[in-house]
Amino acid sequence: MAVKIIEGIPASPGIAIGIALKYEKLKPKVTKKEIKEHEIDVEIDRFLRAIERSKSELHKIFTLAVEKLGSEGAQIFEAQLLMLDDKVIIDRIIERIKIERVNAEFIVNDEVDKYIKFMQSSGDDYLKERAHDLEDLKNRVIRNIQQEKWLSRFDSSRIVVAENLTPADTLLFSRNQVLGYVTDLGGITSHTAILARALKIPAVVGLREATKFIKTGDTVILDGYKGIVIVNPDQSLIDEYQEKLARISEFEKKLEQLKFLPAETIDGKKFTLLANIEFPDEVDEAIQKGAEGIGLFRTEYIINNGIIPDEDEQFEEYIKVAEKIYPGKVVIRTFDIGGDKIFRDYRKEANPFLGWRGIRVGLDKPDILLPQLRAILRASIKRNVMVMFPMVASLEEVREIKKMLELAKSQLRERGIKFDEGIKLGIMIEVPSAALMAKEIAKEVNFFSIGTNDLIQYTLAVDRGNETVAKIYQEFHPAILRLIQFVIESAHRARIPVSMCGEMAGDPYASILLIGFGIDELSVAPDSILRIKQVIRSVKYKDAKRISRRALVFKTQEEVKAFISKELKGIIPEFAF
Amino acid sequence: MIKKEVEIKNRTGLHTRPAAMLVKLASKFKSDFFIEKNGVEVNGKSIIGVMSLAAEQGSKLTLKFIGEDEVEAARAIIELFESGFGEIEELKKDENRDGSQNN
Repeated sequence: MAVKIIEGIPASPGIAIGIALKYEKLKPKVTKKEIKEHEIDVEIDRFLRAIERSKSELHKIFTLAVEKLGSEGAQIFEAQLLMLDDKVIIDRIIERIKIERVNAEFIVNDEVDKYIKFMQSSGDDYLKERAHDLEDLKNRVIRNIQQEKWLSRFDSSRIVVAENLTPADTLLFSRNQVLGYVTDLGGITSHTAILARALKIPAVVGLREATKFIKTGDTVILDGYKGIVIVNPDQSLIDEYQEKLARISEFEKKLEQLKFLPAETIDGKKFTLLANIEFPDEVDEAIQKGAEGIGLFRTEYIINNGIIPDEDEQFEEYIKVAEKIYPGKVVIRTFDIGGDKIFRDYRKEANPFLGWRGIRVGLDKPDILLPQLRAILRASIKRNVMVMFPMVASLEEVREIKKMLELAKSQLRERGIKFDEGIKLGIMIEVPSAALMAKEIAKEVNFFSIGTNDLIQYTLAVDRGNETVAKIYQEFHPAILRLIQFVIESAHRARIPVSMCGEMAGDPYASILLIGFGIDELSVAPDSILRIKQVIRSVKYKDAKRISRRALVFKTQEEVKAFISKELKGIIPEFAF
Repeated sequence: MIKKEVEIKNRTGLHTRPAAMLVKLASKFKSDFFIEKNGVEVNGKSIIGVMSLAAEQGSKLTLKFIGEDEVEAARAIIELFESGFGEIEELKKDENRDGSQNN
């Protein structure tokens, strides 16, 4: 069999070597069967137990989804749970089993299909999606009636190959020792990708034709770093990847020993490593993984179904983090959301990413921003809290932000509440206009934090969640490197520190460049801290500076990457995958 | 029997959450409750039924209440429709903002 290499999008890092299991969502077969009068009760019982089982399955999936995706991402399961509670339809099905004397799954299929068809025929996109949910739900109940063990084919570890995976599939397979995910569809921000990363399962998505080339039983190598899948690899390829796997696991062990060592280059230049967190609970993990503080505390999790807790409730959350991380610091970022997340009445925008988001919402709605600022200020009592604003695009906005912060301070003073009068104010540099104005803006704030995900998206005009264009989302695009270098230089001229809290900060390739550019702090997911520390401890600052200077002269991402790869290989071979 | 015509005021229509609120409220009453839209009638205590109506903002619905507590049921449910299912109408004020956002 010929070796075939398929290229996709690296969605979750890691390497898997295993047997492919092609997953096609099977519609359970439903046949009509007459039942005898004395079997009616048994049949109804089967139906009711299937409902209960489906409910408990969905509850588990829902809880896991809330944990991993947030309440927004878990909404589909919530809708399914609500539909599963429909007593009118349940009663109707029981009634029909009694009257028509046919098997439960046939009635369920027949009855629910009526509504599915109804929903599908509407012109409403939302409802068409709900029709999918209802179909999913129907199949789940029927499967449970038939007591089919859906996952029984998972006799041993497999690489799941599918056209697309729902979050429910992704979560369920993860409990069955799945080795990796390979999908035709999906981008780096698809639910499958986010969940796979959270579950630490390697994944390559957006392969377009993986299901065409891979059969169940094929040997497959999944390279979640490069975003490739190798079908029917020859022995030499298998050996090569097995060696890589061994090297990675040995390296992970080595990393553990770095926990209490400083993030310092060989020639003694020290950097600060911080963690990005989304929930207060994550502080413990961050500390345990060696974070010196929290470089980005996202506050959006507080908003529940469009409801923003009041100042006191927000304060409780912020002080939790400030106290846990003390004497380390925490940078609290104000809500970075689109208007759609808060206002049910929100009018649809043609370009939400260019629309009413981040600080634009905050400045337009002081009744949202001010209570949050007061809550953050109150949490700053021990002087280890900083406040940061997202999506800033101009100097005018910076000045308005400063006025707002002063207003919040004076409101607290009036109430006689103490806080850190000298609280540091910083902004995210994630809009290209702010990056280009860095020199001027740096004179008016206390720190910068570069948010690479948006900076790249806006500079290159690429939505990386869009699988059609995801490939031209380039972290190492020369334009990006030049912008970053300019921001760092401008900040240092104004004598303010710069950190980076985007995903790029957690990339070993990028970290070499960043420390070479002289970034002061890197804030990364807790899981990446030791990896980045290892990079820092393996280089000389002098060399990093040389590499980053050289990297700026290349004209394409490809040239940049090839150059860094070559340099890294000499410094830390483990990273040159 | 009480029959009453209502119009959907809230922006999102009878989508999942409003539908769930409606069904939950309707189920507190003993009376039967039906909703009709364009000649299609569904049981108002069935969330799947209510959702499948695809009732958007501005849709006109006929509500029917039949049973011993139909007066109370009608009052409570009509009030829920009137209140726009408690959705905030925050954005109204901002509707004129857009002029400045054109390129």
